[in-house]
Amino acid sequence: MAQPLVKKDDDRDDEADYSPFLGIEKGAVLQEARVFNDPQLDARRCSQVITKLLYLLNQGDSFTKVEATEVFFAVTKLFQSRDNGLRRMVYLIIKDLSPSADEVIIVTSSLMKDMNSRTDMYRANAIRVLCRITDGTLLTQIERYLKQAIVDKNPVVASAALVSGIHLLQTTPEIVKRWSNEVQEAVQSRAALVQFHALALLHQKGLGLFDPDQQNILLNLQIRQNDRLAVSKLVTSLTKGTVRSPLAQCLLIRYTSQVIRETGVNSQTGDRPFYDYLESCLRHKAEMVIFEAAKAITELSNVTTRELTPAITVLQLFLSSSKPVLRFAAVRTLNKVAMTHPMAVTNCNIDMESLISDQNRSIATLAITTLLKTGNESSVDRLMKQITNFMSDIADEFKIVVVEAIRSLCLKFPLKYRSLMNFLSNILREEGGFEYKKAIVDSIVILIRDIPDAKEGGLLHLCEFIEDCEFTYLSTQVSFYLSRIPSYLVALCFSQILHFIGNEGPKTSDPSKYIRYIYNRVILENATVRASAVSTLAKFGALVDSLKPRIFILLRRCLFDNDDEVRDRATLYLNSLGDGSVAETDKDVKEFLFGSLDIPLTNIETTLRNYEQNPTEEPFDIYSVPREVKSLPLVEKKAPGKKPTALGGLPPAPTSASDAYERLLSSIPEFANFGKIFKSSVPVELTEAETEYAVNVVKHIFDQHVVFQYNCTNTIPEQLLENVTVIVDASEAEEFSEVGVKPLKSLPYDTPAQTFVAFEKAEGVPAVGKFSNTLRFTVKEVDTSTGEAEDDGVEDEYQLEDFEVVAADYILKVGVSNFRNAWESMDPDTERIDEYGLGPRESLVEAVNAVISLLGMQPCEGSEMVPSNSRSHTCLLSGVYIGNVKVLVRLSFGMDATKEVAMKLAVRSDDVNVSEAIHEIVASG
Amino acid sequence: MATFLSHETCPTIKNILLLDSEGKRVAVKYYSDEWPTNSAKLAFEKSIFSKTQKTNARTEAEITMVENNIIVYKFIQDLHFFVTGGDEENELILATVLQGFFDAVTLLLRNNVDQREALENLDMILLCLDEIVDGGIILETDSSIIAGKVATHSIDDGAPLSEQTISQALATAREHLTRSLLK
Repeated sequence: MAQPLVKKDDDRDDEADYSPFLGIEKGAVLQEARVFNDPQLDARRCSQVITKLLYLLNQGDSFTKVEATEVFFAVTKLFQSRDNGLRRMVYLIIKDLSPSADEVIIVTSSLMKDMNSRTDMYRANAIRVLCRITDGTLLTQIERYLKQAIVDKNPVVASAALVSGIHLLQTTPEIVKRWSNEVQEAVQSRAALVQFHALALLHQKGLGLFDPDQQNILLNLQIRQNDRLAVSKLVTSLTKGTVRSPLAQCLLIRYTSQVIRETGVNSQTGDRPFYDYLESCLRHKAEMVIFEAAKAITELSNVTTRELTPAITVLQLFLSSSKPVLRFAAVRTLNKVAMTHPMAVTNCNIDMESLISDQNRSIATLAITTLLKTGNESSVDRLMKQITNFMSDIADEFKIVVVEAIRSLCLKFPLKYRSLMNFLSNILREEGGFEYKKAIVDSIVILIRDIPDAKEGGLLHLCEFIEDCEFTYLSTQVSFYLSRIPSYLVALCFSQILHFIGNEGPKTSDPSKYIRYIYNRVILENATVRASAVSTLAKFGALVDSLKPRIFILLRRCLFDNDDEVRDRATLYLNSLGDGSVAETDKDVKEFLFGSLDIPLTNIETTLRNYEQNPTEEPFDIYSVPREVKSLPLVEKKAPGKKPTALGGLPPAPTSASDAYERLLSSIPEFANFGKIFKSSVPVELTEAETEYAVNVVKHIFDQHVVFQYNCTNTIPEQLLENVTVIVDASEAEEFSEVGVKPLKSLPYDTPAQTFVAFEKAEGVPAVGKFSNTLRFTVKEVDTSTGEAEDDGVEDEYQLEDFEVVAADYILKVGVSNFRNAWESMDPDTERIDEYGLGPRESLVEAVNAVISLLGMQPCEGSEMVPSNSRSHTCLLSGVYIGNVKVLVRLSFGMDATKEVAMKLAVRSDDVNVSEAIHEIVASG
Repeated sequence: MATFLSHETCPTIKNILLLDSEGKRVAVKYYSDEWPTNSAKLAFEKSIFSKTQKTNARTEAEITMVENNIIVYKFIQDLHFFVTGGDEENELILATVLQGFFDAVTLLLRNNVDQREALENLDMILLCLDEIVDGGIILETDSSIIAGKVATHSIDDGAPLSEQTISQALATAREHLTRSLLK
């Protein structure tokens, strides 16, 4: 029998690198394969050769077509041998060689003979091999045997047939579907894994039926209904303890979640069908099943706290398991839950904290980021202390995850900026790679931008950072330089920081304290950084008149720099800022030197490329660069491809869409001085689907302005639209007056683009009104074969739907994690309470949802979910009102026998007027 | 290479890897076509190996994530066992497969689990892999059954016992023992 390569010598000490395959060569092995053709087969030797062939394949060697065919034909001869071990190896190599269709025919009869052998192992393996290599045509011939095999009394044979069925379903579903009866029978098998495989195939079959290519939709729906019934029957019949394998039980849980997804919550009782089953699985004896059920519950859509609780409880137990896999699974699931239901996870915080010191750093990182999501304001400091110890011994990729989590935590609890900012600046000085350092710097920059109080401290941290780096560079070479980061990247990072300091520094209370840090760069750094530092100095000089004389002295010194760029910049700034005089710098000069470039960089890039390709005598004209932003990058499209990073990562940054808007609007000079966007609405469609032109509007609310961004798409290939504007009739919006229009130069087929209309309104006032819109444009015919437009166009108009600016547009959805604390920390004097009758309603749910959408605030602690049949309900809302005023709302609903709904509304906010404004919104809504 | 099945529901294994203490292949199986070329596979193995290299996975199976894949792994001597699945897969199912593979190899190699022994008995390792997962679908996770299937293959047609190797005889005996204990 084949145990070819076993050498039972024990003296292996002096040949540490010994391998039976040492020096193996493909050519030699292929030569050896000739033994397969010997009239007297040596089974042991043949097995050895096959093992060598398999070894080569496994190491990634590939055979040419000719080689593979030769080996394959030789291997088929081995079916003559009655040696079992050899036969197993033959099965393996046939699968690995993946023969072509005409080769398959050669072995078909041998394999079919094995399929009918009385040896179980032959039957099982022959089925698997044949099904792997065959195409559909052969399948009809062997179908009869496969059906028999499914109900074979040997579980290995039955499993082989069922698993092959699952694979075949991908290629020849129509045949596999005919095996229903046999599969049904196998589901009742006493062998655990047969049941699992049968269950898998049964459900795959169900999925196969839904293939929309094959069925019309109506039929499809019907089958879906039937199938749901079938699955529910299956679930009901199998939940009584007849499911033997934990794997099958997991599968059943997945089907059940699928059924739940498709049925949704019973609107009468509020119960989910089969929730009880999932819950009962939490008490199964296999951990695999318990976890699958807990995970399924946490993933239910709109899961309520009541439904979550038992699942969280078992996951919490897993957190203290001795098995890393179990702890990882539990903490990863809880981490996901914490994104949507942070309150539900807080019970696990203590266990979670002990995981920070877990040996497995993936687990520790997940625990930390979960804690950062669930923590409340008071626990931040303690948490930061623990994280500090933890940071020194994890890899950069984990550190980045933590830094990002801290950034969102800081945006959530702006009051805690001091300790969080300190933390960031401390880790900035520790060892780490470029990506990690960059994540920290980016976070500090974002915090400085979004938290006004953090500005001064944050800028100093950045200054000290560039200072310290220099220090370490010269002496101990820790920090940035130890990680061997290319120096150009360091320079890039420094230049960015200097640029940022130049923008923000002059606006602080004491700009002079930054000068020293900046000038040190001029003395100590390389040319790139020196040049940046010169620009930054000049910015201070231009914007802070009192500093001007001193800046001039510094700039003059730079005139002797040994780098051209540095000298050039210094000269330029000295001359244009008015050398020596303390007179105020001309506004135009400031604009010229420091105004932001209002042209998208990508447009400049394309235009420059074109300019380069068509050599001409004319100088490049910056005004020839189109200023329109090509298409909205972030809003409509989600980033394609990969899911968020490993470890469950972070929730997508909530600011990304608004960042894109912010960038878009600030690139338009007319709107640049409107300030920061307070809120951008979701797009409101102004046209029906599938009309000639698709238009939707995004309402951007500024402090004193409102800008409507019309996203237009031309769906007619034969047309090119030019000078597209929207004519807005604001006669029903008296508090608004139009201040600007940004037309769209051209709108080619299927390329979305934007036009804007801006309105002014009183500062901080939540003005409401209705706007009627007409799209006006010049149409030009386009020859679709050449893509060229005619020269002459026709003016035309297109009526769009109306839309309104409502009170909810002035309230940001900002949640709080602990509503009670937040409520009590607010001044009770700002509280305003009143009662309202909401009239007869279908249900409390409807009333609650109506008020939430009227106010546009964030429901907290899952209080938007109304238990079924309840007659009263309390809902907690939180938000930020225009002018950055925090508002909390407590809604108490009651419903009487006649379905008449009454509501008590209590509001607290930082400003009494805002409390009253909320009441007005409700009163007038 | 079987094409990867996009079953949403059926527990699916993406690959099983057995590497040596330098990250070189002893035996690998890819059930997913996410890694179409040999160099993509080698790169994947390298990133898994370097990420897990310094961890201690000798008593309990350990776990981590690489490129949105869950990796469960266990080391013994100079052998590194890995089982991987997609990021939605149940971690404990992957761990069960890993344990099945690990224990079956231990049985087959008569507790002498190291690289040299594994290479010398590569045929058994390959058969073992073949009995655990078929095209990504779990066939069997019970190590004694797996080892039994690999080791007893010559018994069926009544080959004389003398032709069995000691390892087979031992494994058979062990299997019979476990079966009788389980009854």
